[in-house]
Amino acid sequence: MALSIVHRATGVALYFGTLLLAWWLIAAASGPTAYANVQAFTGSAIGKLIVFGYTWALMHHLCSGIRHFVWDLGYGFKANEREALTWGALVAGIALTVLVWIIAYAVGGGR
Amino acid sequence: MSGRSSMRTPLERVRGLGSAHTGTSDFWRQRLTAVAMTLLIVPVIVVVIMLIGRNHAGAAQMLGSIPIAIILLLFIVASTWHMKIGMQVVFEDYIHNEKLKIACVMANNFFCVAVALASIYAILKLSSGV
Repeated sequence: MALSIVHRATGVALYFGTLLLAWWLIAAASGPTAYANVQAFTGSAIGKLIVFGYTWALMHHLCSGIRHFVWDLGYGFKANEREALTWGALVAGIALTVLVWIIAYAVGGGR
Repeated sequence: MSGRSSMRTPLERVRGLGSAHTGTSDFWRQRLTAVAMTLLIVPVIVVVIMLIGRNHAGAAQMLGSIPIAIILLLFIVASTWHMKIGMQVVFEDYIHNEKLKIACVMANNFFCVAVALASIYAILKLSSGV
């Protein structure tokens, strides 16, 4: 498995995705019209896709990063351990993304 | 190791702090901000989910509340610092033209500081209720 490049790629995606977070905060501070624009974008099909992609990138980068912590602490270097950590990060990242969206839909009523 | 070719002790060599002259400080800060975000991620996601479907007045009121503002401020500082270090590593790895590399590292710094300050300003403005 060559997942380290995915860790880097999700990091770069999150780098630019942060603009969405900044835009949203600035809009909230600016007023109702600006905030409605953000909501219209995040509520649209393309907006939802981007936010979903952002959620996965964040969750994957988090799980993959925890894998790096394990290695930083000096564990998990055997071949089977490396594989398990890598697959674990991949599966956990997807699972957490789905979980967050299920909770978001349950709480937010699927806006 | 060329231990015999130099009179300098290992400690003395380490004090030179390598070619970056800052030693392992970026490595350390990358881990520090990563741990901070690992701790903050659950409260941040809870805040974002709670904001779904709220109109501007409700969202502004929530974002301006003291605990939520502090959680978001901590997350913004950790994330923009983390992404500044991460993107610099990417540039250093892939850009081999020295001048272009320096320009990209500079642009990276400007971008991260701008995103950080814009977000911090927005939260402080919401907190002060102006």
